[in-house]
Amino acid sequence: MTVVLTPGKLGVGRVGDRALRSDGTPKVQGQFAFASDMIAPGMLWGHTVRSPHAHAEIVEIDISEAVAMPGVHAVLTHADVPGAKTYGLEFADQPVLAIDRVRYYGEAVALVAAEHPEQARRAAELVKVTYRELVPVTDMERALESAPLHAGKPTAGHGYREDDRPNVVRHVVIRHGDPDVEGDVTVTGTYELGIQDQAFLGPESGLAVPDGEGGIDIYAATQWLHVDRRQIAPCLNLPEQQVRLHLAGVGGAFGGREDLSMQIHAALLALHTNRPVKIVYNREESFFGHVHRHPARIWAEHRATREGRIVCVKMRILLDGGAYASSSTAVAANAASFAIGPYAVANALLEATAVYTNNPPCGAMRGFGAVQTCFAAEAQMDKLADLLGIDPIELRLLNAAAPGDVLPTGQRIEGSFPVAATIRAAAALEPPAPEPLPRDPLRLPGGAGNTTRGEGVKRGIGFAVGFKNIMFSEGFDDSTAARVQLFADGSAEVHCASAEVGQGVSDVILQVARTELGTDLVRLAPQTTATVGSGGSTSASRQTWMAASAVRDACRAAIERRDAGDAEVDVEIVYRHAETTPLDPETGQITGDRAHVAFSVCAMKVVAEVDVELGLTRIVWIGAAQDVGRAINPLAAEGQVQGGAAQGMGLAVMEEIQTRNGLITNASFTDYLIPTALDMPAMDVVLVEDPDPAGPFGAKGIGEPPTVTATAAVASALRAASGQPLTRVPVTPEALIGLSR
Amino acid sequence: MDVLTPRSLSEALALREAHPEALPIQGGTDVMVGLNFDRAHPAALLNLNEVVELREWAPSGDGYRIGAGVTYAEMMSGPLAAEFPALAEASRTVGSPQIRNRGTIGGNLATASPAGDSIPPLVVAGAEVECTSVRGARRIPVADFVTGVKRNALAADELITAIHLRPSGVAETFLKVGPRNAMVIAVCSLAVSAGDELRAAFGSASPRPVLVTAPRGEAATFPAQVAAAASPIDDVRGTATYRRHAIEVLTRRALERCLA
Repeated sequence: MTVVLTPGKLGVGRVGDRALRSDGTPKVQGQFAFASDMIAPGMLWGHTVRSPHAHAEIVEIDISEAVAMPGVHAVLTHADVPGAKTYGLEFADQPVLAIDRVRYYGEAVALVAAEHPEQARRAAELVKVTYRELVPVTDMERALESAPLHAGKPTAGHGYREDDRPNVVRHVVIRHGDPDVEGDVTVTGTYELGIQDQAFLGPESGLAVPDGEGGIDIYAATQWLHVDRRQIAPCLNLPEQQVRLHLAGVGGAFGGREDLSMQIHAALLALHTNRPVKIVYNREESFFGHVHRHPARIWAEHRATREGRIVCVKMRILLDGGAYASSSTAVAANAASFAIGPYAVANALLEATAVYTNNPPCGAMRGFGAVQTCFAAEAQMDKLADLLGIDPIELRLLNAAAPGDVLPTGQRIEGSFPVAATIRAAAALEPPAPEPLPRDPLRLPGGAGNTTRGEGVKRGIGFAVGFKNIMFSEGFDDSTAARVQLFADGSAEVHCASAEVGQGVSDVILQVARTELGTDLVRLAPQTTATVGSGGSTSASRQTWMAASAVRDACRAAIERRDAGDAEVDVEIVYRHAETTPLDPETGQITGDRAHVAFSVCAMKVVAEVDVELGLTRIVWIGAAQDVGRAINPLAAEGQVQGGAAQGMGLAVMEEIQTRNGLITNASFTDYLIPTALDMPAMDVVLVEDPDPAGPFGAKGIGEPPTVTATAAVASALRAASGQPLTRVPVTPEALIGLSR
Repeated sequence: MDVLTPRSLSEALALREAHPEALPIQGGTDVMVGLNFDRAHPAALLNLNEVVELREWAPSGDGYRIGAGVTYAEMMSGPLAAEFPALAEASRTVGSPQIRNRGTIGGNLATASPAGDSIPPLVVAGAEVECTSVRGARRIPVADFVTGVKRNALAADELITAIHLRPSGVAETFLKVGPRNAMVIAVCSLAVSAGDELRAAFGSASPRPVLVTAPRGEAATFPAQVAAAASPIDDVRGTATYRRHAIEVLTRRALERCLA
């Protein structure tokens, strides 16, 4: 099937137009400047000394040989961190440089700055760290019975449920209705997900430049400039005004740039040497440089009537957060909040526990807890449909939630929530007919490997629906600032620090500003902490809603001033979405009107072919229906659905960070496989437009839901084709032929 | 790091003798990965890309002499593909188009990985590796050239200059299992030719190449024989149990193709 995209026009799009992305052409032509491309006069290169152990005490660090190397300007350890020794996105439990203990393989221990990157690497090899190895805690269940990996409880005192078990980052319990209610039928299942990596193509990189007055400018690829600054400044012992963060070209993020990587390190080296310092991770180091998607074990029980009405869901979710908290607490809350899927169920007991281990740290990744539970919940729905002899799509429609229904947290759904319409839109997509044989091997399972000419190939169709919140939750003060300048020549400049990470928020901002101001003469200023307030995080599918709302309001305020007679206008406003409040720590019920602001739904139908003798796969086609509220840019929205589907499919069939005793064994793109163009099927994408009254122009965010649903939908199709239970993703060839689960 | 760039084979052999510490590099698809990941620190590189003699192939006796610098892309089409279909199929499974344009048959042999995609078809074809030094040239059967995992029989002053092999004249094929449908290192692979003698060699399932042969009359049991000859391990790419199973399936399918 050929998908013909309507060509768009560059630089003139308004709200609703299929406008071309302004960064698209330079990226395709290799002209886009990524963070790793930056240079500054007199620049030094930084390199990070990392732990070869998953768990060890640091006995001694001897830098004498490294310091004496030619070209080396600085070798720094924890003793050289002038301010706070630890930092963290939500809890400051992670050392800037390891102090007396390393808790994961690849943890940063020391820093080197040298004239040439090779000198820095060689000097790093000469930093002599004496370790006393400790037994690593690598099993998330056993972590709950092992000695604590952190002194005290870093996440205590934040209003979470009391839990005395060791290594609990957060334990969330949502009790809804009467969880003891029985149904006519029960299906149970145990599910598991491996560690997925964001696998962004642009590794962590940035440049720190001292300003000569004790302050520093940091140019980095990040998802939230202002919260980077909030974490960096205390460690440098500087006031926030002396730390300026500027967005450098981001080569993908997907959650992996929410936590800091090289920012503090480069700044420490730059301030110490009074020279600009650049740090660029290589591919292997990138696997140690950011948090990953939580691997999970999930125990699920669904009780339903004979007619297919679900009366109760029980789910227990264990999430391995790895060595540091990162955003595990929020991931656990999301996993529990969205565990059931977009269904109206009167009774539930949903329990999510995130734990510390000595495995690679996990935190934010596209889908943020909902990916894991969607995989389990939708497998359960298929199982239930099979048991009851009901069409799986009809079963989903029978249980679909709608505005006015109540979520397990007690929150009544408001606004746009077109679950049934989205399911129907995906169900209506017609998959392509099976291709006749013989075929080019590239169009068969095993692809270029030439493993079959049709022998053993079975076809299956799967379906799944998933949903997720958009924007921050549980009482977080979530805002985005926008500033608009109107000039006498009729042109305008927009300042908004919402990080462009390749998802397209820059063009959303420009389309909104052009629409509101009624002119194409609009520039977007560089994204920085220096000229505008916080844009909030580029995560939680929030920037379209937040940045578009903020820019719309700022434009309207600017026009008001101009109409009032101001010749030159410069106005900044801060937009906040509807207020959320925390979940009750004991019952998991809302304590105000809502814990989450808005929701977005995605449904997918997938055709897969499986070689049932070799366990090789070909995903043939994905039909997706995505609830968007209203598409600000349908072309960009379709791109998000396609990219999200690819990432979700990757988790279903190949993407997994493998570990042995806490050590990553496949830290490269040779062995951490992501889908290629030959693995990614043709897609049909339908945008379901049901405007949200609270969203800007009716729009909602859509970055994550396709990823949430795709893993479950692909697994469903692979089950249909192979006849195997496939309770773990990524699905392996062994599991597809019944040699393992 | 010095880069020595000879312009002729004789100059290359002289430099090889004078600088045994220099790591030969042709396509660079393995060597450069080692350098970029900081795993290899060679004192010097011996850049063979300007040595025209290595880039040539021609009929020789009743077979062909294929220069060590001939790329996968060159083996995938044209006369070489017609004469050596299994080698062509193996070449098509290597990496991406960019890798196939750079990677060479000589490099694949020098790396001597159990996962080297060209090695099983070369073993089945009874190919010989031409190793040359200032002392002269010698030929070593591929199965003997690979002495272990990433080890080969090349002397310190020798370069791989060519591969010698004869068209099998019978049906042959190559199959490779990977969890991704392109750009993947073999979980296991298999080359088979089916004349009066059935010949098979597998990849990623033994530390050194193994040739399994049987009379054509044993086609029914040949898949089990080939699987039994493998000595696969569990690693990050797959399990030994799966590899042995897959080799049996691949052999059965290869024979179905070749004997059809």
